[in-house]
Amino acid sequence: MIHSLFLINHSGDIFLEKHWKSVISRSVCDYFFEAKEKAAEPENVAPVLQTPHHYLITIYRGKLFFLSVVQTEAPPLFVIEFLHRVADIFQDYFGECSESVIKDNVVTVYELLEEMLDNGFPLATESNVLKEMIRPPTILRSVVNTLTGTWSNVGDTLPTGQLSNIPWRRAGVKYTNNEAYFDVIEEIDAIVDKSGTTVCAEIQGVIEACVRLTGMPDLTLSFMNPRLLDDVSFHPCVRFKRWESERALSFIPPDGNFTLMNYHVSSQNLVALPVYVKQSISFFDSGPCGRLDITVGPKQTMGKTVEALMVTIHMPKAVLSANLTATQGSYTYDLATKVLVWDIGKLNPQKLPNLKGSLSLQAGAPKPEDNPSLNIDLKIQQMAISGLKVSRLEMFGEKYKPFKGVKYLTKAGKFQVRT
Amino acid sequence: MTDSKYFTTTKKGEIFELKAELNSDKKEKKKEAVKKVIASMTVGKDVSALFPDVVNCMQTDNLELKKLVYLYLMNYAKSQPDMAIMAVNTFVKDCEDPNPLIRALAVRTMGCIRVDKITEYLCEPLRKCLKDEDPYVRKTAAVCVAKLHDINAQLVEDQGFLDTLKDLISDSNPMVVANAVAALSEIAESHPNSNLLDLNPQTINKLLTALNECTEWGQIFILDCLANYTPRDDRESQSICERVTPRLSHANSAVVLSAVKVLMKFMEMLPKDLDYYGTLLKKLAPPLVTLLSAEPELQYVALRNINLIVQRRPEILKHEMKVFFVKYNDPIYVKLEKLDIMIRLASQANIAQVLAELKEYATEVDVDFVRKAVRAIGRCAIKVEQSAERCVSTLLDLIQTKVNYVVQEAIVVIKDIFRKYPNKYESVIATLCENLDSLDEPEARAAMIWIVGEYAERIDNADELLESFLEGFHDESTQVQLQLLTAIVKLFLKKPTETQELVQQVLSLATQDSDNPDLRDRGYIYWRLLSTDPVAAKEVVLAEKPLISEETDLIEPTLLEELICHIGTLASVYHKPPSAFVEGSRGVQHKRLPGSAGSGESVESPDPGAAATETPPAVIPSQGDLLGDLLNLDLTPTTTTGPPPPTTSGMQMGAMDLLSGGLDSLLGGDIGGNPAMGAAFGAAPATMPASFNAPGSGGLDDLFDLGGGVGMPMGALNPPKAVWLPAMKAKGLEISGVFVRRAGVIQMEMTLTNKAMSVMTDFAIQFNRNSFGLAPAGPLQILTPLSPNQSIEPLNNLQVAVKNNIDVFYFSCQYPISMLFVEDGKMERQVFLATWKDIPNDNESQFQIKDCHLNSDAASNKLQSSNIFTIAKRTVEGQDMLYQSMKLTNGIWVLAELRVQAGNPNYTVSSVALAIGPIINQNGFENGFTNQAL
Repeated sequence: MIHSLFLINHSGDIFLEKHWKSVISRSVCDYFFEAKEKAAEPENVAPVLQTPHHYLITIYRGKLFFLSVVQTEAPPLFVIEFLHRVADIFQDYFGECSESVIKDNVVTVYELLEEMLDNGFPLATESNVLKEMIRPPTILRSVVNTLTGTWSNVGDTLPTGQLSNIPWRRAGVKYTNNEAYFDVIEEIDAIVDKSGTTVCAEIQGVIEACVRLTGMPDLTLSFMNPRLLDDVSFHPCVRFKRWESERALSFIPPDGNFTLMNYHVSSQNLVALPVYVKQSISFFDSGPCGRLDITVGPKQTMGKTVEALMVTIHMPKAVLSANLTATQGSYTYDLATKVLVWDIGKLNPQKLPNLKGSLSLQAGAPKPEDNPSLNIDLKIQQMAISGLKVSRLEMFGEKYKPFKGVKYLTKAGKFQVRT
Repeated sequence: MTDSKYFTTTKKGEIFELKAELNSDKKEKKKEAVKKVIASMTVGKDVSALFPDVVNCMQTDNLELKKLVYLYLMNYAKSQPDMAIMAVNTFVKDCEDPNPLIRALAVRTMGCIRVDKITEYLCEPLRKCLKDEDPYVRKTAAVCVAKLHDINAQLVEDQGFLDTLKDLISDSNPMVVANAVAALSEIAESHPNSNLLDLNPQTINKLLTALNECTEWGQIFILDCLANYTPRDDRESQSICERVTPRLSHANSAVVLSAVKVLMKFMEMLPKDLDYYGTLLKKLAPPLVTLLSAEPELQYVALRNINLIVQRRPEILKHEMKVFFVKYNDPIYVKLEKLDIMIRLASQANIAQVLAELKEYATEVDVDFVRKAVRAIGRCAIKVEQSAERCVSTLLDLIQTKVNYVVQEAIVVIKDIFRKYPNKYESVIATLCENLDSLDEPEARAAMIWIVGEYAERIDNADELLESFLEGFHDESTQVQLQLLTAIVKLFLKKPTETQELVQQVLSLATQDSDNPDLRDRGYIYWRLLSTDPVAAKEVVLAEKPLISEETDLIEPTLLEELICHIGTLASVYHKPPSAFVEGSRGVQHKRLPGSAGSGESVESPDPGAAATETPPAVIPSQGDLLGDLLNLDLTPTTTTGPPPPTTSGMQMGAMDLLSGGLDSLLGGDIGGNPAMGAAFGAAPATMPASFNAPGSGGLDDLFDLGGGVGMPMGALNPPKAVWLPAMKAKGLEISGVFVRRAGVIQMEMTLTNKAMSVMTDFAIQFNRNSFGLAPAGPLQILTPLSPNQSIEPLNNLQVAVKNNIDVFYFSCQYPISMLFVEDGKMERQVFLATWKDIPNDNESQFQIKDCHLNSDAASNKLQSSNIFTIAKRTVEGQDMLYQSMKLTNGIWVLAELRVQAGNPNYTVSSVALAIGPIINQNGFENGFTNQAL
């Protein structure tokens, strides 16, 4: 299975290596560097590379490459999933997953990696279990450590959760305030063509949970309209049989934050876009200039306000500058990256925001061949665009009454408008 | 406080300081020191010197300290095997600790110490742990067996650990089962035939039960293992499928894909009319779609697999076209894969949408992607007949953009469209021809030439177009050359009157001026074809071509079946069977899909033996005939150099005239051939020695006499003659010979022996055109200059033809290059210096001459006798540098630097030539020397 891991930063330095079997020389990464050299952008490096003796499977997260070396016919998805899990754990432990943070916590990182994999087989990848064995650094503890000189991040308790048949939950959880919060977050991925017709649109939904409950609570979450959900994937804690028969989520939750389920809504009639965009970007044959005119308006918002509206345009290389006026918000044009960003903010249905003006092109440059695409960002609070609604949350197995809450949020995922 | 402080102490006494701290009495200080050691180790510093001190800290109750020491041990035990033994005792003790977690930790760490010496000490504790009452210990021990196997496989087998591991598959705890399966799978990979994972319905049942309760990673191991099982019948198959389907909803995409693999495989066994079969098909689509909303790396692997699934069962995703539409911020590797799948899914129902998308992609920025998009449009046209017209017009639109690479791609695919739908879209040829000049890629040029040749009768100026390509014939790539040759032959067959010169030109370019055997062969075939039977030529060259198939890039079915069994693995990403790339795949078994029961449709591939017997019998002409043919061809063009005779009966006459000369001699050769061959072994060969010297060989001053150093009888200096043409090959004529240089004249000395029964007369000799322009100085017989054929490596290869009354014989021999050095090869000092500097470095080559026991002066004398002249001599640090010049018969100067070190028998030579550096190879120099040595 997984043989070694190398962490490589943006500029191509290997700053951490870990081997679970025999040591493999760093030079194996040269094949990766070669591929990186060829691909202009770091995100364009192919994730699976073949070398004469090894396979290199890479992910790119937070400007870092996690490069794993595999020697046998291992499932690449398995490796990629695991690498993402490693990155998630770093994020969870240190608040971010960056080179400096990893270097600052190198002993913890090393211990974590040791616990996560044994002989290339995943061992403990649940943050709940890991935190029992290796304590995450906290400000308070580092202060205490500095003062007393006792410095420890390895827990002296043993991972009891690993012995039970619900490995995701640690034992003996105690809270004075018992609470369970669920966030239903939906992202819209859509492509709209020149004429305003939706080419494709789908919703990626996720239910993030934050559960702090004492003991061993057994929860059941049910929906008003579960029929929406025909394509789902669950956290291992969810009992699949109950879902099949009752369309309700029944589970003993992990302690703390976790992703309860992911779902996917793709049937066209259910996906309504919250905004429409009227745009025209044209370049003249006659001279080195062009025109731009964009208006954004609300479409399906169910009475909620569209916030944090932002339009990003990757302009053709020949565009030198933009001289525009925005009726609302402000715009910036980055000369180096050729990215035009129009930050609109809240969408006011009475007075539609508009961005209009001229673009100047490099003198002598031919009329650009490629049409820029518009990328839309937005947020709508208290609404799930698919219409999904939680009806109730019940708790069994414990006597106390927890605080419960559900929040909804709709965001733009990869929402693009072609011109 | 952060760990970075551990990196700041890089002073010299660091190791020393740490040593002191490690031996401190204070527990905290000790721990702190171990941490510093670990931190140094992590960043690759060598702290192995501290081994004994760190191991001393191992005996502790402090769990953290224990873990840290274990970490250290795992890293350095290998480099300090003797020291590592010190740790064994502690491990053995820890394996009996009352706390199961400490037992597990110990057994886990033990396996990571990759030292042969201590493995035997670990067997007893491991055996105990495999039977431990606590599942956590058992599961850890299972993995440890795999580790131990990696270090010492024999030991594991001898100790019976494999059997214990097999027993663990029936363990009551799902985690233990999963780990046992994982360990066995890994071990099985190095023993493909060991039948370690002997699956039967009972174990399958155990695995399925464990599947529901173990961790996500365990599920992957179990599913991958299940996929190797072949169910007995369709009912068992269905029940396994039913129990695996819930895994499709797992959050871990690797679990999902492994489940898809099991289902894809077992589905083969289900009868297609079964309701459940349909249900299963429907259930497979959503999880596959969901995989595409994950991170790009996951998407990539998923897409590669979907590509396989779609080829095997297109019905699963036929309604999901839209999820494969490309977003502009997808990484390029995802974009290209999506495009591939879009084409596979394209059908009449969705083609309009697909085409609109593809057209959109063709205007993007990324060149690779745009190219593939344009190509995809062509593939759609070929796949969905109804859309062909729309595709063609889309392609024409794209050609109008005049973006260079778009135009080229479009032309390449339009060629394919013509081949799929002949006589339908030829109206667009005019537009294509407009872009002729902008084509600079071989593939596009070849495609365009093909189109011109194929539709020559409809293109008025086809001959002009093709002629324009012919100008730079030798600079074109092989692909274009071949295509041009074929196209002109087609043109000739269609319009024989105006294009005779053109076809002659291309045939002689292809056969005589090209180094490429493919091109030459094709040229000869056309030439022969045209000369013998133009009607047949027309039938062959202008034959109706088979229509190209719908999808040319489908994976071959048996390979696809094998790959389906490997869904989710590296094989599925590369689309190659594991045996093709897995390192040291010791006879990896080829997996097959099970045959489907009930439906009676067999998916077994046909017996490989059956295919092998159908190889068509190959007709290979005897070599003698072939040589004769080629030679005749060489001779013919000279007979047709005059204006071609008026062609009255169209092309047939023209073609005959063109090559008629060759036919007579061909006949002669064939008739004369066989009897002579038979006679070659005749009992009493009438030997007729015909030794001769080439005219002009008056002087007999031996070149080697000038060398002076070695006085030898003159006769002995003659290099022995080598047999150039054995009698077997030449109908009884044997030729042996040698090249020498005498008094400034290159001589070829030949002995001709008649080993046949009959008398030979009418001898003639002819050389093929060669690099140094060697030709017989005087005729042996009446000769016409042999037309140039081709140059063959090595450069000093000479092709000779000797003719007598029986036949023409053809052979080649190599002459020593030193023979070509002329007597006036001494360069002026100043000129030498200037020239040496002027010659670019690329022209330089270096080599060594071994075992030459001469001092520099003797060497220089000897070389001079071979016309290698020493211009200057310099002595630097005990090395003599000789600067030498020589001139070849064709006027090329070669300059050389010879380095001679006293006592070292090896000389280093750097040589540079004014025009052709590397040709003056080792041979030239060695000949100079070896000739002397004789």
